[in-house]
Amino acid sequence: MTDSPKSSTAPPAGVGVPTMPSLPPQSGGPGAPLPLASQGSAAPDPTEPPRRTAFAEGADRLRSAATTEPGRLRIIGAVLALLVVAFGAVTAWQTTERAGAADDVLHSSQPLSSDAADIYRSLADANTAASSGFLAGGQETAATRERYEKDIRTAAAKLVNAAANSEPDSPSAATIARLNRLLPEYKGLVERARTYNRQGFPVGGAYLRYANEKMQTQMLPAAEDLYKKENQRLRDDYDAATPYPWAAIALGVLALSALAWAQHRNYRRTNRVLNHGLVAATATATVVLLWLVVGHSVARAGLNDSYDHGVRSLNVLNDARIASLKARGNENLTLVARGAETVEVGGEVVDAYDNDFRKDMDTLAKGLAAAEDLADDDSGEEPVTAAVGNMEEWHERHTSARAEDDNGNYQQALDKVIGDEGATGECFDNVDENLAKALDHEQTEFKQAAGDGLDAMTGLSVGAAVLAVLGAAGAVLGIGRRLSEYR
Amino acid sequence: MKGGVTMHARRLRAGLRGWGGVGAMAVVCALALAFALLLPLTQSAEESRGGRGDGGTTHVDQARAEECTDPERQTLSPSGADGSTIDAIKAREGEKRKLIVGVDQNSYRWGYRNPNSAGTAELEGFDIDLVHRIAQDILGDPDAVQFKAIPTNQRIPAIQEGRVDMIVRTMTINCSRLEDVAFSAPYFKTGQQLLAPKSSTITGYDDSLAGKKICTAEGSTAYTKLDEDQKASELVSSADISLTVPNQLDCLVRLQLGEADAVVTDGALAASQAAQDPTVELKGAPFTTEYYGVAMQKDADDLVRRVNQILVDYREDTANGWQASYEKWLSATLGEDSTKSEPPAPQYLRKS
Repeated sequence: MTDSPKSSTAPPAGVGVPTMPSLPPQSGGPGAPLPLASQGSAAPDPTEPPRRTAFAEGADRLRSAATTEPGRLRIIGAVLALLVVAFGAVTAWQTTERAGAADDVLHSSQPLSSDAADIYRSLADANTAASSGFLAGGQETAATRERYEKDIRTAAAKLVNAAANSEPDSPSAATIARLNRLLPEYKGLVERARTYNRQGFPVGGAYLRYANEKMQTQMLPAAEDLYKKENQRLRDDYDAATPYPWAAIALGVLALSALAWAQHRNYRRTNRVLNHGLVAATATATVVLLWLVVGHSVARAGLNDSYDHGVRSLNVLNDARIASLKARGNENLTLVARGAETVEVGGEVVDAYDNDFRKDMDTLAKGLAAAEDLADDDSGEEPVTAAVGNMEEWHERHTSARAEDDNGNYQQALDKVIGDEGATGECFDNVDENLAKALDHEQTEFKQAAGDGLDAMTGLSVGAAVLAVLGAAGAVLGIGRRLSEYR
Repeated sequence: MKGGVTMHARRLRAGLRGWGGVGAMAVVCALALAFALLLPLTQSAEESRGGRGDGGTTHVDQARAEECTDPERQTLSPSGADGSTIDAIKAREGEKRKLIVGVDQNSYRWGYRNPNSAGTAELEGFDIDLVHRIAQDILGDPDAVQFKAIPTNQRIPAIQEGRVDMIVRTMTINCSRLEDVAFSAPYFKTGQQLLAPKSSTITGYDDSLAGKKICTAEGSTAYTKLDEDQKASELVSSADISLTVPNQLDCLVRLQLGEADAVVTDGALAASQAAQDPTVELKGAPFTTEYYGVAMQKDADDLVRRVNQILVDYREDTANGWQASYEKWLSATLGEDSTKSEPPAPQYLRKS
């Protein structure tokens, strides 16, 4: 750095007159450069006549200072120190902001997004468990009941967590409050249904239908809404964490060029190659700039990786899991409703719930295919492939259960859907289990990549601030040393 | 431009005036015809529904109303012979050789699934017994039935679209339904009744319903009756009848949750609801007389005759017929005495 200008202008000091006025145009050169300055920074001169005197005063003072070498040196020192400090400050500010967003991605918005998915999943699963219980009659199995209770517990716990992490008065907070209000209502209806079922009264079934309606028309849409909102928040945090800190980089380049120019000027005036202070300032600014660019690039790569290989997979898997839950719910409801609801598809009257089931299975198949494409290693791909197998088996068994029902063999159809062995319930459970495995794996991958990204930003803001102060001090000391020669 | 518009308008008006004359003549003719037809019919018992529309529809409505004084009698005479409809049912092959019947799975002791019948999903109740009897007679196997649970307001579409062979689901025989489906002879007598909490101030189908919220099933005769009575100012206008649900049993849920103050449904079903909740009771006497019938497709004449024949046998069979089924399912909720639920001796006034 310091020896770069020597080849071009070897001649001794004092000859650099032609380059000199090009430096302080902003401080107002003698006579001629003044209109040029006022043209460049149009603000003070023509627009604000009352301030003109104060400005003119300051300009006069600067102009008189700039006429002597010590005065010029003082100005150069101040500008250099300012540039380096500004570089450090902007770096610290921009990296703090990005690190904060990256930290949110890792520790707040992604966990909340997967919590929201869990809330949806738990609610839908609880509802499915409750309708299976109804299909099974009064002798609801302990396993079904436990599953229902566990789902309700999970949903309640995640709702509390989501509430704690949502901003007050935000739309998410309103949705969470709504879900918190509906959950006990829903549970109350299911409890009543159970009690009546035990007494052998069909009004229990009516309560369950009412609970199901509440779940389908109010709670699940709210949970889906929450999931979408949290996902948007995650997306926003990514958008805040990954862009390059251009302002800091530009200031860094500016500060380094100014330092280079100052040293070059110094060299031409005094023929001295090294000024320790300025060299130190240059070194620290260079370190900060390199650290900034490299650190951010690594962090950005980590975050992008966590998005591409973590979040995208997680979203696809969560969507697939929700589709499989919906499919299971509709499969049960087909038997609960017993042909009560029909819909016309392509001129053919078909069972409404079975039609929904088909749609959900299509969504599931597409979701699993996408997840397979996104999976980037064997341990991620394995559970997804297994889930695809489970889904195909499910399809087969479902078709045979439907055939039984269509032939009026309701009991046989029921056995093929909620029975112990060879029922579609097994396939659903396997799909769910494998998707849970895949989600777990992708969650780990996400944490790894995002954590690496966040680690790359560690200390950057504090380091930049400290180094910038040191650099500025170096610049001031370096110029001060030159200045002392005039005393 | 302006002249053109006025000219057009004038021409249009002239054209209309021409048609107006023809229209007036047509109306006069229709009125004269209607008058001539109406004159002999002095029974004014018919609802004067013909007031709307032009003379043509008045004639049709009146003619139908004339046929339909006693809807429960508008059925075909019994016969055990097979016809095209029965042949088609018998021709179903293998697993599909079943009678497809629309029933309810929520009417306690009529058609419902006992949640405690371990491991089976069999429906049971008074209606279900009758279905098994019909299947036994037509297909020789009481269990050759495919049950479909049909919501109240889907009963008629389900028959019309051919999703079911018949509906045996506490379905009231009435004139407007006779326009869309055919009914068997009546197999049960009941009437609309009011159900409310014992502590309620409601005393019956009267002014004590002022400001109360009444729940009915969508597409039920109960709702039609309330709607008509309210329009005719026979039911207090402040009674809120807007709450309708897919099944009468859903009304009990709304009643228990405090979302409704009273339920109107057939007395037989109201008694079933009261049997499930000791804190509610029937208030006042039945305020209509209705008969349940088996509904079938309008042109399934052989099936209608066959079902009527089965009903005759079913009523006569004291050991395993109507009486036995009543005692098994309904005596607990409707009382030991079955006479008030027995339909009158059937009449078969429909000729084709």
